[in-house]
Amino acid sequence: MALSEQKTRRIIVCDTDKCNGCQICEFVCSVVKEKTTNHKKSRIRATRIEPFFNIAIACRKCEKPTCERACPRDAIRVLPDGSIQIDKDKCNGCGWCIESCEFGALRLRFDGGTAFTCDFCADLGEPQCVKYCPKKALRYITLEEAAKESVKDVLLSIVDKGGK
Amino acid sequence: MKGYAGKYLKVNLSNHGLMTETIDEGMATGYIGGLGFGARTLLDTIPKGTDAPSPENVLAWWTGPVSGTILPTGSKFGVFALSPLTGAFGFGICSGGFANELKSAGWDGVVLTGKSDKPTYLFVNDGAPELRDASRYWGMTTWQTEDAIKEDLGDSAIRVAAMGPAGERLVRLANITTDRNRQVGRSGMGAVMGSKNLKAVAVRGTGDVEVGDLDGLMKFSTELNERCQGPKTEKYRVYGTPANILVHNRLACLPSYNFQKGSFERAEDVSGEQMSKTHVKKILACTNCPVGCDHVNEVKDGPYAGTVASVDYESLGQLGPLCGVGDLNAITKAVEVCDELGVDTISAGVIVAWAMECVQRGLLTKDDTDGIDLRFGNGDAMVEALKRMSLKEGKLGNLLSEGVKRASERVGKGSDKFAIHCKGMEWAAYSMRSLQTSTLGFCTSIRGADYLRSGSYQVDVAGKVDRLKLDASRGKIVYEGENQYAIIDSLIICKFTRGVYSSMDEIAKAYTLVTGLEMSGQELVKAGERIYNVAKCFNVRFGLTRKDDYPPPRAFEEPMTDDVAKGAQIDRRQYDEALDSYYGGRGWTKDGIPTKAKLLELGLKREADEVGA
Repeated sequence: MALSEQKTRRIIVCDTDKCNGCQICEFVCSVVKEKTTNHKKSRIRATRIEPFFNIAIACRKCEKPTCERACPRDAIRVLPDGSIQIDKDKCNGCGWCIESCEFGALRLRFDGGTAFTCDFCADLGEPQCVKYCPKKALRYITLEEAAKESVKDVLLSIVDKGGK
Repeated sequence: MKGYAGKYLKVNLSNHGLMTETIDEGMATGYIGGLGFGARTLLDTIPKGTDAPSPENVLAWWTGPVSGTILPTGSKFGVFALSPLTGAFGFGICSGGFANELKSAGWDGVVLTGKSDKPTYLFVNDGAPELRDASRYWGMTTWQTEDAIKEDLGDSAIRVAAMGPAGERLVRLANITTDRNRQVGRSGMGAVMGSKNLKAVAVRGTGDVEVGDLDGLMKFSTELNERCQGPKTEKYRVYGTPANILVHNRLACLPSYNFQKGSFERAEDVSGEQMSKTHVKKILACTNCPVGCDHVNEVKDGPYAGTVASVDYESLGQLGPLCGVGDLNAITKAVEVCDELGVDTISAGVIVAWAMECVQRGLLTKDDTDGIDLRFGNGDAMVEALKRMSLKEGKLGNLLSEGVKRASERVGKGSDKFAIHCKGMEWAAYSMRSLQTSTLGFCTSIRGADYLRSGSYQVDVAGKVDRLKLDASRGKIVYEGENQYAIIDSLIICKFTRGVYSSMDEIAKAYTLVTGLEMSGQELVKAGERIYNVAKCFNVRFGLTRKDDYPPPRAFEEPMTDDVAKGAQIDRRQYDEALDSYYGGRGWTKDGIPTKAKLLELGLKREADEVGA
């Protein structure tokens, strides 16, 4: 990926303080992408580690996607915006891409057995899970922006404690 | 019909028989799901004279039509059985991912009968359910059981609902836990599991849940989700239900010292506001809930450092002010003990508070308490008593594990006068004498002293009626609330979203979008009335009458001493008048028995023949 593309590469960032594990992102995803309510068909995955930690993770648009390298059938292609495209005809459901992904961002269809992952609702302009997240825990932003927000959060917490 | 799976699983634990049964449209529109299906199951399958802890008792798990869909707060289920605590209609309704999972697995519910000869658990693996050995999990806490079963089945997405050691020991207030912080809390459903040697139900569901109108449902759910960020649910989102502590304290309706008082001198210390500042580590949401009210506490210092538990108003009230305890560390620890060992926090708090009053009055000695210094305000003693009660350890543990009604009968010496329960189920955290419409609703409730059957405390707290008096206008408030709540409990949605629907017609709209079946608000209310009457018929079968619809003597005999409610007590004549207005409006006799005419009007012919007056 070229440097200029890196700057504009947007991913779904989850604020783990705000994420409360409601899984509404998963439901929305299944309705929008699969036309059914089945959160196990969601492209974003909400995970809770008891008792406090919650996060929802979708494809991270990795710089060097392990899924692409893991695929023995050349079914995975990286699009210019960094998102992953899986060729259903080439995919035979071996699952190596799923195993290789550190973020659990790919899934295998229960029926048909091919892999699928988040396409950031490219046809709708923005990921619908982000739009519907009731606590605004999800944002679709560039890593640059995410980093700036983190710095802001740290500074604000210092100001809160009476710092200057 | 959509929304429903259209079938349920029937399990005979005695011979390990598994059968599939269907659900037809008449059952669906007549009884909706959840509580409606539960009421139908208990009345249809449990004969008169059945003992609660016996193989003949039936343990029914029901989802509602909206479970598994995107409708906000729809992932709820109920568990129903003859209650070991009350000997009457027992159940608890619970959130968490379990209901979605069961529906996705292709089942509306599971109905278990019989008793397994060894520890077992049911694994509903999509369309292939099986009973499995649970010896390895016997003795484990609820949380350990959930984790261990998921690990053994190799799938962390599986949902598990388990009883704890209290259920194994048939403690009458034993509950069922799922998703760590969610409970089928009241009326002893965990003890029914224990009596059947059923440690847990685990579910994996991977199928789609089809709905009547997906686009319409998505649009409506989106609107509801937005409303759920508005003022109607603000209380739940910010401080959670513990916000009630200071409100109730100001109105002298925060029960303290075993309902001797209606306010607490350390209310500030245990308020939702204080808890948020010093103890709440994270606010969580149940599966598919846009509100998020679950305030999870962490104890940072002292002997209970490291304790983590979800603390809501009822637990806080009964394990705090009711026991005279003003220490959030001890309260959080107490909730953790109850949750892990598997007992209902509300009942647990009332039982310990009763024991503390026995100690206060010299009716229980140090010998009776196995040396525990069970004085009001002693948080450590409370925690210790809860452990012993949950594990049935020693004299004290065995006594308390029976529930406050039986315990007070055993101790005698007038201790039944301050055993605060109705029908044997312990009173929730609403003062009896300074919230009198609430008290009427607690007593007409089919499962015992219960704030969740009619919500009749709301008119009192909001000042819509004179809460220190009763009259003939209150019956209608209670039964209309009961009919409406029966629908909420049958769909099943969360009561915290009741305010975001503008009318029953809107709730009916949700039903139609999900199921594709025509339904109006009025028809829903009628179904609610039918459901409530069916549950009532079950109680009549088990011998309950008017005498079982009264609060304990303290409500009538001891005037309150708190400033804002000084002298408040319930006037027996007024209570009778209010109860008459309730029965009359319900179409029941003065003895609290549904008339044949009312039952026939609701299409309940068999019931009219059996119990109708």
